[in-house]
Amino acid sequence: MQVQLSHPARTIEIKGPKKAKDLFKELNLVVEAHLIIRGDELVTEDEMLYDQDQIEIRPVISGGSPRFMSHE
Amino acid sequence: MNCTKCKIRAVIDLPRHNAAFCKGCFNVYVHDQVSRAIKSEKMFKKDDRILVAVSGGKDSLALWDILLKMSYKADALYVDLGIGGYSEVSHAKVVQFAETVAAPMGAVLHVHTVEQEAGAGIKELAMLIHRPTCSTCGTIKRYQFNRVALEHKYDVMATGHNLDDEAARLLGNVLRWQEEYLDKQSPSLPASLDGFAKKVKPLFRLSERELAAYSVLNRIDYIVEECPMAKGARTLLYKEVLNRLETESPGTKQAFYCGFLDKQRKPEASPTTMAEKDQAMLHPCSVCQQPTTADVCSYCKMMARAKTHSV
Repeated sequence: MQVQLSHPARTIEIKGPKKAKDLFKELNLVVEAHLIIRGDELVTEDEMLYDQDQIEIRPVISGGSPRFMSHE
Repeated sequence: MNCTKCKIRAVIDLPRHNAAFCKGCFNVYVHDQVSRAIKSEKMFKKDDRILVAVSGGKDSLALWDILLKMSYKADALYVDLGIGGYSEVSHAKVVQFAETVAAPMGAVLHVHTVEQEAGAGIKELAMLIHRPTCSTCGTIKRYQFNRVALEHKYDVMATGHNLDDEAARLLGNVLRWQEEYLDKQSPSLPASLDGFAKKVKPLFRLSERELAAYSVLNRIDYIVEECPMAKGARTLLYKEVLNRLETESPGTKQAFYCGFLDKQRKPEASPTTMAEKDQAMLHPCSVCQQPTTADVCSYCKMMARAKTHSV
């Protein structure tokens, strides 16, 4: 299956079938910091992914100015 | 995996709630969490005018979307920081959302362009004054949102800070014991004096992953790319650490931040020393005379049990 990753943007080929949670393990990614999108649908960790699937692993973490919300 | 509520196929699992949801039930969950945050922190009322700080990212656009769908009067302000292509893309995402989703619901988008007023973008300004870019950005955004909220007489200003933002900020402050900042970590900061607009964070009960999922499921087109100025920011390191803990022990971030809020709400008890507490609670074990809270201390109980089993 084709797996699209970000930061930096790249596409890699991974052999299926494989459960989504095993894909996370193989890529050494933390589940809590990512979403798995198949086509344009979200999938849960126990979903089976196949060779013909187009997968995006989307990071969800953003950062920056931590003090923005204070009054001064 | 099926939806915990309606049993059809789930699209997201939430280990910290031991639940999984389909799109419909997940949207109900998200709106419910925001509603609980607004009520518990007395953020605003149904007829208040709200100014949402939008950046083009998932959290702020999701917040604008949620408030409008919950029938709040929510306009937005976008501050164009002048960070090259990144600002161009984020501005375009905000305008697209404003035109296609917000405007049909009667909401207005305000835009402030840093370069027009300051003569330079955020990166150049930070270099001129020898300050970190994120800190300069924070000061400018804070000032401009406050100014627009006051000028346009909004009752309250809302930002898209989520559970991860607040837990990471709390971790940073606690690691360095920056107690002076802890008071400002409330999800609802009152307009403490003239010149300050009230500020609230209605998303503080939702994680970053949940908000990204909400945006994907509701087709909110946000900027996925990270701000190039935030690379190496310490906040990202704290978030990474907290997410490793969360994966091993779901609910850690919520327990950390919400536990802090609970402690802040409770009136401070009169200070008691450890010796005073011990003297009030402990007395001699009836077997060995060492101090214990029970009649027989845990050591004597353990030894008695061991002797029973060895016979």
